[in-house]
Amino acid sequence: MIHVIAFYLFAVMTIASGAITILSRNPVHSVLWLILAFFNAAGLMILVGAEFIAMLLVIVYVGAVAVLFLFVVMMLDIDFAELRAGFVKNFPLGMLVAIVLLAEMVLGIGAYKTGALQLGAPDGTAAQPAGTSNIEAIGALLYSRYLFLFEAAGLILLVAMIGAIVLTHRQRGDTRGQKISKQISRRPDEATVNVKPEVGKGVSL
Amino acid sequence: MTAFFQTLGMSYEWAWFVATICGILLIALPLLLGVAMIIYADRKIWAAMALRRGPNVVGPFGLLQSFADGLKVFLQETIVPSAANKGIFLIAPVVTFTVALMAWAVIPFNSGAVLADINVGLLYVLAISSLGVYGTIMAGWASNSKYPFFSAMRASAQMISYEVSIGFILICVVLWAGTFNMNDIVKAQEGHVLGIFNGFVFNPLLFPMWVMFLISSLAETQRAPFDLTEAESELVAGYQTEYSSMAFAAYWLGEYANVLLMCALNATLFWGGWLPPLDIPVLYLVPGFVWFLLKVLFFFFVFSWVKATVPRYRYDQLMRLGWKVFLPVSLGFVVVVSGYLMLTRYAV
Repeated sequence: MIHVIAFYLFAVMTIASGAITILSRNPVHSVLWLILAFFNAAGLMILVGAEFIAMLLVIVYVGAVAVLFLFVVMMLDIDFAELRAGFVKNFPLGMLVAIVLLAEMVLGIGAYKTGALQLGAPDGTAAQPAGTSNIEAIGALLYSRYLFLFEAAGLILLVAMIGAIVLTHRQRGDTRGQKISKQISRRPDEATVNVKPEVGKGVSL
Repeated sequence: MTAFFQTLGMSYEWAWFVATICGILLIALPLLLGVAMIIYADRKIWAAMALRRGPNVVGPFGLLQSFADGLKVFLQETIVPSAANKGIFLIAPVVTFTVALMAWAVIPFNSGAVLADINVGLLYVLAISSLGVYGTIMAGWASNSKYPFFSAMRASAQMISYEVSIGFILICVVLWAGTFNMNDIVKAQEGHVLGIFNGFVFNPLLFPMWVMFLISSLAETQRAPFDLTEAESELVAGYQTEYSSMAFAAYWLGEYANVLLMCALNATLFWGGWLPPLDIPVLYLVPGFVWFLLKVLFFFFVFSWVKATVPRYRYDQLMRLGWKVFLPVSLGFVVVVSGYLMLTRYAV
C-alpha cells in the first residue's frame, strides 16, 4: 500500500516537475524544478531497491551538476523574449532529439524484457544476487567484467577535465600571485621598521 | 517499535508507517530543544572566553534565553522585500531547515538505535549535506539584493569546495570500516587500536583525516574561522540579511542543527559513536546514548572554542586550504589507506 502510494507520488512529481522545467518562464525556476525531478527520480530508484544509484543521483546531479547550472543561470543576464524566438526554428531539431531518445528507451526496455541482457529477471525482481548489498554487487561487476569500460570512462572524464581547464585558463601578464610561504614566514621584527622622522620631513620606506 | 504497533492490531505496513513517524518526532523534537540549548551554550562559552557573563537574565542562569529569543522572533512580522522573488524567498528557509533535520535519520544514537538503518547511510549523509547549498543559494538569489547574493555565492562555493575533501576523508573511513552503514561503522571501531582504543582517531593513518575532517566541518557549516558568509564588515549579515521573523529563525535553527550534525558525524565516524572511548567492560555500564551525547557536546565545545579564539580567514586563504591542501592530501590518504589495507587485510 505504502509502496504504491510512494511510487505514484514520486512518479507524478517527476513527470510534473519535468514538464514545468521546460514550461516555466524563469530559467532559475526551471533549474529548481529540474532539481525536484532529479530528487523524485532518486526516490523511484530507492523503491526498486537501487539505493546506491539513488544516492549517487542525488550527490552527482543534485549536489554538483545542478548547482553549477544554477550558478550559470543566475549569473547570466538572459533575455527571455529572445530565447523564446528560436522556438519554431529549433522545433524540428528538438523533435529529432526526442524521437531518438524515445527510440533508445524502447530499444533498451525491449532488450531488457526479452532477456538479452544479463541484468536480472525481466520482471525487475532479483536484479542483484540475494544477500549482497547494492554497492558490493555493482562493485563486483564494475571491477571485473566492465573493468576496461570503467577505466575508459574515467580516462574520458580526466581528458574532459583537463580540456576544460586548458580552455578557460589564460596566463595574464599583469597578475601578481601570492607567495603563501613568504606570507607565512614573515616575522614581526622583519616586517616592521621603527623610524624616528624629523619634523617636516617624510619617511622613505 | 514496529512490533509494538503491530500488537495494537495494525497491519505491518501501517505499524511501520506510524512507528517511523514516531521515530521522526522522537529525533526531531529533542533535537530542536537541543538546538535551543546549544545556542545558549554557544553564547555562554563565547562569553566566558571573552571574560563576559553572557545571557544571564531570562530564567535561572539565563537558561531560557533561546526560548525568549524564539518568542520574540515568532511575534515579529514576516517582511518579504517587494523586489524579492516571493515563492523562492519563502521556500529557501524551509529547505535549509528540512535538510538540516533530514540527515539525522541515519545517525546511530545507540547500538541499533537509528531511524533508518540503511546500507548506504554515509552516502545518504553526503547526499543530504550536498542539498544544503540550495537553501543558501536560493535565499541569496531570491532576496534580489546584492549583499545576500554575494554571501550566497561565497557560501555555496565554500560548501562545494569542502564537500569534495570531506568526501575523500569519508572514503578513507569507509575503506577501513568496510561498510557504508553507520551502525556497522561504529561497530568496526570497537577495540580498533591495540584492542583497547575504540575509535578510528587513534589509528595513526586516520588521525590526520580526523584533523582535516574537523577543519572541513567548520568550513562546511560556515562557522568561525570560516564564517566569511556573514563577515559583517563586508556583507552586512550574510545571505539571510533580508529575512525576518520565523524565516530568519529557520536559518538560525538550521545552522545550529547542521553544526550538531557535524559534531555527531565526528563522534560517529572517528570517535566510536556510542562506544566508550576505551574498550573496558566497566565503561560499558554507562549507556551508549550517554557516551554519544558526551562526544557530541565535547565537539560542540570545540566548535565554540574555535569561534571564540581563532581570527577569521581571508576568502582566498579558505579556497587555497580547501583545494590546494586538503584535496591533494585527502586524495593521497585514500591511496595510502587502500594500499595499506591491500597489503594487510586483503593480501593475496
